Amino acid sequence: MPQDALAADPRYGRTAPRRGLTLSWRDPTMRSIVWQIVIIGLVGFAVWWLVANTMRNLEVRKIATGFGFLSREAGLPIGESMIPYSPADTYARALLVGVLNTLRVSLIGIVLATVLGTLIGIARLSHNWLLARLAGIYVELLRDLPLLLQLLFWYALMQGLPGPRQALNPFGSVFLSNRGIKFPWLVWEEAHTAALLALAAGIAGTVLLARRFTARQMATGQRPRLWPWGLALMVGLPAAVWAAMGAPFTIDAPELRGFNFRGGGTITPEFAALLLGLVLYTAAFIAEIVRAGILAVHTGQWEAAGALGLSRGEQLRLIILPQALRVIIPPMTSQYLNITKNSSLAVAIGYQDIVSIANTTLNQTGQAIEGIAIIMAVYLTISLSISVFMNWYNARIALKER
Amino acid sequence: MREAMARSETTVRSGIAAGAKPMIQLINVNKWFGALHVLRDVNLTVAERERVVVCGPSGSGKSTMIRCINRLESHQEGQIIVDGIELTDDLKNIDAIRREVGMVFQSFNLFPHLTILENCTLAPIWVRKMPKREAEALAMEYLTRVRIPEQAQKYPGQLSGGQQQRVAIARALCMRPKIMLFDEPTSALDPEMIKEVLDVMVELAESGMTMVVVTHEMGFARTVADRVVFMDRGEVVEVGPPGEFFANPKSERLKTFLSQILGH
Repeated sequence: MPQDALAADPRYGRTAPRRGLTLSWRDPTMRSIVWQIVIIGLVGFAVWWLVANTMRNLEVRKIATGFGFLSREAGLPIGESMIPYSPADTYARALLVGVLNTLRVSLIGIVLATVLGTLIGIARLSHNWLLARLAGIYVELLRDLPLLLQLLFWYALMQGLPGPRQALNPFGSVFLSNRGIKFPWLVWEEAHTAALLALAAGIAGTVLLARRFTARQMATGQRPRLWPWGLALMVGLPAAVWAAMGAPFTIDAPELRGFNFRGGGTITPEFAALLLGLVLYTAAFIAEIVRAGILAVHTGQWEAAGALGLSRGEQLRLIILPQALRVIIPPMTSQYLNITKNSSLAVAIGYQDIVSIANTTLNQTGQAIEGIAIIMAVYLTISLSISVFMNWYNARIALKER
Repeated sequence: MREAMARSETTVRSGIAAGAKPMIQLINVNKWFGALHVLRDVNLTVAERERVVVCGPSGSGKSTMIRCINRLESHQEGQIIVDGIELTDDLKNIDAIRREVGMVFQSFNLFPHLTILENCTLAPIWVRKMPKREAEALAMEYLTRVRIPEQAQKYPGQLSGGQQQRVAIARALCMRPKIMLFDEPTSALDPEMIKEVLDVMVELAESGMTMVVVTHEMGFARTVADRVVFMDRGEVVEVGPPGEFFANPKSERLKTFLSQILGH
């Protein structure tokens, strides 16, 4: 039937008839309404019971509630901190140190695990038999052992290193001992901060330039070479800024003084063990996610792109990756959340993250509910931030397809 | 289809001028998949503007042979020369040949994350370094030729199989190839969609494109092909103009094959 004849047909353009609700247990709509009311009722009762019970118990034991303790002096020593801290500071500041320590190990862990996991995932797909097998063994070994066990293993390994006087010295002024890893580090000056800012500007500039070049390619067909400009912006610019500010360059090398090292940069054994454990463990999962993502794209897509004359790199960038990322991003988000939450196992090897410090606070002040609430609030905030960011990224690269 | 084919019978079947330039030469080509010998001493020359249909039972090596021509598969012995360039492991040669050879797959293989127009402009923009506007004009021209310009802004998933396959043909043509390879282009289609794809292929044949078509559509072979090639168990068993090929098959194997596919 032609289109206009269809439109003239009175049977078209009618809406579906409204169905009434019957008061019968065999009516699915009725059933679902009843179930929902029952479930809301049960949840409400459970919450009321928990809160009322807790309040009553607290009253009986005469425990004060509230967050007043946060402004009291903590008196607890913390081994490593990204901000100045002394035991004379408040509990609030101690907890902030814990939050920053959690963030530090999580963020560095996420970046390293992504890089390592992607490399291993691609290696497992390699045509090189040995490389693929090694990647396979890595994945099976690392993901099959409990993370806590792996953390204890790495920590034991760090503790097993010789003392500072017999420290291993693999090269230069780098020392491995049971006090951690000591390495030479720059004496930080304003020029270095400026150079870092210049580097950030250079990266942003290169990204913008790449976009401009793509636009020019779309308009004229010719794409200017990007790498000379990228090199100038990302290496030349920071170097010029640094040189203009007097090119300060003083190395602070660690030296053995008495029973320990002085000067230089330090990675504590606790941080090293936690980071190593988290990265190696999670990379195994990320490797599988990356592998699955690439395999999810039909081989016909490679063939069609190749038959059109696209280079191997263009095939990957323009055809395969956009389709693979769609499969990779959602489970990747879960792994990022796992790293963050698993970092709480730090408590087992004495890295002072938020759980460790909140735990001590809770023991010293007796404010158990507040302490646990703080830990939960911190993890919830970090996790939701990661989720929001990843969902935004996922939506940005999501494929329309239809 | 009958009309289009009847028309092509008179206009297309002009034959190949003697001494025409060879576009594709396969010389003693052998290929193995592990222990399986899938191409055995295959010899075939396709001249410029010639249309060759390849048929044979499944597993006869016809798809493998056509995929060797643009190096989706590599051969292990013998020579394959396309447009004067020999296919070797040299990536530069492979890229050069792929630019001149268009390919249409049984399963379409359109890029699901790009619109129909973007599917068609991708290669001209990135491989031919064509300005986007020019590439889009070219794509619209070919989409019009395959009769689906109105679908340009849609995604492949929104199109029927027949429409997708016509887009795949347009996408290959946008590279202005000298040779078009078709690997069972209608095998994944419903019967009523086969016609719309074959119509486009007949028109393409009329325009003088050099074509190698692997297909079971014997009607197409009869009316459009200059020569029909019969393959079985990795060998080229018989080659001939369609009249002779269908009327007087010489080998037993071809007789059996023809009776099987034409018998019902």
